[in-house]
Amino acid sequence: MSLSSRMNKFWEFANPVKFMAWTGKVLPWVAGAAAVALGTGLIWGFFFTPEAEGFGSTVKIIYVHVPAATMAINIWAMMLVASLIWLVRRHHVSALAARAAAAVGLTMTVIALITGMIWGEPMWGTWWAWDPRLTSFLVLFLFYLGYMALWAAVENPDTAADLTSVLCIVGSVFAVLSRYAVNFWNQGLHQGASLSLDKEEHVADVFWQPLVISLVGFGLLFVALLLMRTRTEIRRRRIHALEMRERMIDA
Amino acid sequence: MPELGKYATAVVSAWGVSLAALAVLIGLSWVQSRRARRELEAAEARLRSRKEAKNGRDD
Amino acid sequence: MIALLIRDLRLSIRAGGGFGLGLAFFLIVTVLVPFGVGPEGALLARIAPGILWVGALLACLLSLDRVFQLDFEDGTLDLLATSPIPMEGLVMMKALAHWLTTGLPLVLAAPVFGMLMQLEGPGLWWLFVTLALGTPALSMIGTFGAALTVGLKRGGLLLSLLVLPLYVPTLIFGAEAARRGAAGVEAATPLLLMAGITAGSVALIPFAAAAAIRINLR
Repeated sequence: MSLSSRMNKFWEFANPVKFMAWTGKVLPWVAGAAAVALGTGLIWGFFFTPEAEGFGSTVKIIYVHVPAATMAINIWAMMLVASLIWLVRRHHVSALAARAAAAVGLTMTVIALITGMIWGEPMWGTWWAWDPRLTSFLVLFLFYLGYMALWAAVENPDTAADLTSVLCIVGSVFAVLSRYAVNFWNQGLHQGASLSLDKEEHVADVFWQPLVISLVGFGLLFVALLLMRTRTEIRRRRIHALEMRERMIDA
Repeated sequence: MPELGKYATAVVSAWGVSLAALAVLIGLSWVQSRRARRELEAAEARLRSRKEAKNGRDD
Repeated sequence: MIALLIRDLRLSIRAGGGFGLGLAFFLIVTVLVPFGVGPEGALLARIAPGILWVGALLACLLSLDRVFQLDFEDGTLDLLATSPIPMEGLVMMKALAHWLTTGLPLVLAAPVFGMLMQLEGPGLWWLFVTLALGTPALSMIGTFGAALTVGLKRGGLLLSLLVLPLYVPTLIFGAEAARRGAAGVEAATPLLLMAGITAGSVALIPFAAAAAIRINLR
């Protein structure tokens, strides 16, 4: 297949075109919903919740810390699925979506780490403790960084998509191994799992309700950012294809 | 402002960092999106005009 | 495949092949740490297993970017890809060569360096055992990282960034086993877990690394 018809195929290939079409319509709605959920959850959590025993007003930090931490993990999981779809089905949008998600995941990890440290200082008396969860997030941060660095380092977009997908898969295995290793390595200061959906005795309703709304808000924010950033990646890919074509015409 | 007591700095700085990080992420994503859209339109316009010029020459 | 292994071994021992570099680095780390933390014997003995594990790990990293580089640059890798040897086998031979030239010397030298760090008999033995079982995993995982970055011009730093997080489980279990062994405490659990990671890596990573090489050769 000649180079130019291969490039035509990328753009005419149904997926990116359809993707741009429907996401263009859906994105404003998702963004709006995210703003509503996030605003409600955060304002409710910050202004209209009481203090907690043993935590004082620091309990209010959960409304940013917990959703960020949850998203940091879930986004990596999404990247794993998207990478598998790319390797098996070769849908370009999937590979680009994985790349688009990484920056959001990295930000969530950083937020989780910093809010975790800030919360830890008055609670544990130290800015940093090698607590299993904090440490696991530090390792996750490095995984995100490596993934994004590999995307940036490889010139050919398809090669980059393939290599980063393989890295994501292998990385996921080692991320899970690390989680267990870090738990083994240090029993830790974190409260036991207080977030299971059926265990009400751990987090009282008065905190739980705004927390759930914040979680939803963060989730919707991720979807909105994912759609926006994937659209950007698709456009950049198209620009790359057009530039290659221009160079061919000039040659 | 609710009564934050002795943990006021902790709570405010945690929230501050989070909101700032989200704002940077959203802002950057938005700016990148606009720039990509602009550059794509420019690249497509360039290609269109070259095609038209080429067609014009062939007539 | 054995011929490939011998060729790689010979290449690395030649002048400019980098043989001994890892060992020298390991020695330097062992000498620098007491300067950094002070000469107190009890402290050195306590941190020795961990420090030596980290030193060995970093020394392994040093020679990783050579694993595929020369063959990639002069086209040998393309030729090998078309040969009847499966790419997975080639990758395993490369990892084995790396271990024989970098990992194994570290394992053999570790007890000597352990003595420099005031480790006693059982500690030296456990250090040796854990490194012997763990360094193959480091070579295998490192070879995967090298396969990912083989096409890049200055991929060395990126290679380290990619590989170090993957090393975390092996390091945690290996160093923990060495520490417990040195203290005379039951060390079977971390040792077995680390051995499990080594076994799993050697069995499965070649497929991922072979895929990466094929991608880079396209």
